[in-house]
Amino acid sequence: MSNRIPLIYSPKVLELFRNPKNLGAIPDADIHGTAGSLACGDMIAIYIKLSSDGKNIEKATFESYGCAANIAAASIMTEMIKGKSLEEAWNIDWKTITEELGGLPSVKYHCGVLAVGALRRAIRKYFEGRGDKPSWLPEDLTHEEKHAIEEEKLMEQLSKRVQSLK
Amino acid sequence: MGSEIRRDAEDLIKIHGTPPREVYLDSENSGLIFPEALKAMVDCYVAYGYGHPSITHKVGWESYEVLVKSSEVISKALGCSSDEILYLHSGTEANNLAVLGFAKAHVGSSRRKILVSSIEHLSVIHAAESLVKYGFDVVKIPVDVEGFVDLDALSSLIDSNTLMVSVGMVNHEIGVIQDLRGIIEVVKDRDENIVFHTDAVDALGRVKFNLKDLGVDLASFSSHKVFGPKGAACLYVSDGLNLEPILYGQLSTQRLWPGLENVPAICGFAKAVEVMMDRFDEFNSKMRGLRDMLIDGILSSVDHSILNGPRGGRRVSDNVNISFIYCEGEALTVELSLRGVYVSSGSACTSRILQPSHVLIAIGRRFEEAHGSILMKVTPMHSSDDINYVLENIPKAVGRVRSISPFKVG
Repeated sequence: MSNRIPLIYSPKVLELFRNPKNLGAIPDADIHGTAGSLACGDMIAIYIKLSSDGKNIEKATFESYGCAANIAAASIMTEMIKGKSLEEAWNIDWKTITEELGGLPSVKYHCGVLAVGALRRAIRKYFEGRGDKPSWLPEDLTHEEKHAIEEEKLMEQLSKRVQSLK
Repeated sequence: MGSEIRRDAEDLIKIHGTPPREVYLDSENSGLIFPEALKAMVDCYVAYGYGHPSITHKVGWESYEVLVKSSEVISKALGCSSDEILYLHSGTEANNLAVLGFAKAHVGSSRRKILVSSIEHLSVIHAAESLVKYGFDVVKIPVDVEGFVDLDALSSLIDSNTLMVSVGMVNHEIGVIQDLRGIIEVVKDRDENIVFHTDAVDALGRVKFNLKDLGVDLASFSSHKVFGPKGAACLYVSDGLNLEPILYGQLSTQRLWPGLENVPAICGFAKAVEVMMDRFDEFNSKMRGLRDMLIDGILSSVDHSILNGPRGGRRVSDNVNISFIYCEGEALTVELSLRGVYVSSGSACTSRILQPSHVLIAIGRRFEEAHGSILMKVTPMHSSDDINYVLENIPKAVGRVRSISPFKVG
C-alpha cells in the first residue's frame, strides 16, 4: 500500500466523526462556499444563514467529502461561528480549529486549513456579490484561501500528468 | 519512533469502544498468527533455539539446527535448495536487497536499465528509483485495466542495456496473479542474462509455483503474510547469482545480511508455511468462497461500487478491493471500524493532498475512484458469518459516509 503513518486522532475528532454537529446543506443559505475537489479526495462545503438584521450568523452547516479529521474540522468550525458576526467568523484561523479539536496529526493540519478556506471564500464571495466590502476584509487572499486554490491546482496538475502518461 | 506516534491512543480507543462483533480484514497490513506458528516460536524462545546460531556451544548449535530445519521446510514450499534462502526481517528488506544488492554488484556493468511493473510494491519502486542518481534508468512496465503486465510493452522495453526486471507474482493491492511464466519467457527469450526478480510475498500459500521451474532469479517472501510472526522474511537468491550486501556488520550464517538471525521468528515462519502448504487446497477453496461472497455481496448491494483487479481464477484467493465512488476511503475505514469491521483504504494523506494508490492509478482508475477504495483480505480463519456481518455493515457505512458528502450519488 501507500505510505503509512500513525494517525492517532484525538477523542474529540472521533466523537465529531461519529456525531457531527450542523451536518447538511441549507437550501436557502445566504452564504455558501466550497474548498477542495472530488479529485483532491477532500472537499468542504459551508452554508450560512444570517439573522434577520444580517449582522450575525444564525445557522451554519457543512458537508464534507473527506477523512474523519476533515469532517470533524468542518463540524467544529460551524459550531464555533454560530451566533458570531461575519467579522468574528472571518478571524478564526486554522490553528484555533486544530486546538479546538484537541490537536491533529501534522499531516491533517490541512483539514483545518481547508475548512477555514471554504468559510473565508464563502464570506468573500458574499461581500463581492453585494458590492459592499467591509474594511476588515483584506484585499489579498489569506493563507487558508490560497491553500484551497493551491490544493485544487496541485491535484488538477497531478491528474493531468497521470492522464498524459496513459 | 517518529514524532507522529507520541500521542497516546488510549483515550481514542476508549471512545471508540468495542463493537458487538469484530471482523479483521486487514491482513494486507498485518494480522493474526496461526496458533501452531506461535507455539513453535514460543518453544524456540524458551527451550530450543533461543541462542545465537553461530556460537560454538550446545545452545548455539541448537539454534543453528532450528535454522536448518526451518530452511528445509521453506525451501521445499518454494521449490529451491535451502542454501538459496536468505533471511531478513520484512518483505520490504527482501525487495530492497534484491534490487539494491543486485544493482550494487553490477555498478561497473554497461547494463543500466531496471524495469519494474507500474504496480509493484513501493519497496521495489522506491528502491529502484533510489538508483537513478547513481546512473541507473528505471522504467515502469505498463499494465492493463485488470493489472496484467502488457507483454508487448515489456518486450519493447527490453534492450541490451537491461540489467534486471521485477514483476510481482501477485499484486498486494488488487490481487492480480501475473502470468509469470509468460513474462519470464519474454524476458529470457530476449536475453537470458537479464535477471528476474519477483515479489512473491502475496503468492506464498495462495498460488502454486516452483521457483526453479519458473526460472526466477530472485524472489521475496514474508512471514506475516502466511500468518507467521512479524519480523521474519526471506529472499531467494538463485545459486551463483552475484549480489553485494547493503548492510554491514558482524556476519553470522549469511554472507549477505549481517547480524543475528531472528531464529524464533524464522521457526514460526517455517511452521506457518508448513500449515499453509499442508492445507493449501482446503484453505484456498475456503478463501475463494469467502472472497466471492464478499465481492458479489458488495457489488449487488452498493451502488457505484467497482471491483479493482480481475475476477475468478486470475485473482488471488484472499483479495477484495472495491472502489466506492463519492465515498472517501479513510472516512470509510473509520466508520467501518466503529462497526467492528477493520479494513484499509487505498489513499494516504500527505501534507497537502491525498495521494491516491499508485496501483489504482496505473490500472486507469480516476482519482475519485482511487480515493474511495478499500482493501480487504479474507483468511482461512474467517467464517461465512463474519462475511455476512461485513455485508450487513458495508452498505450502511458507505451510505453514512456518502450522506456527509456534498457530492450526491445519482
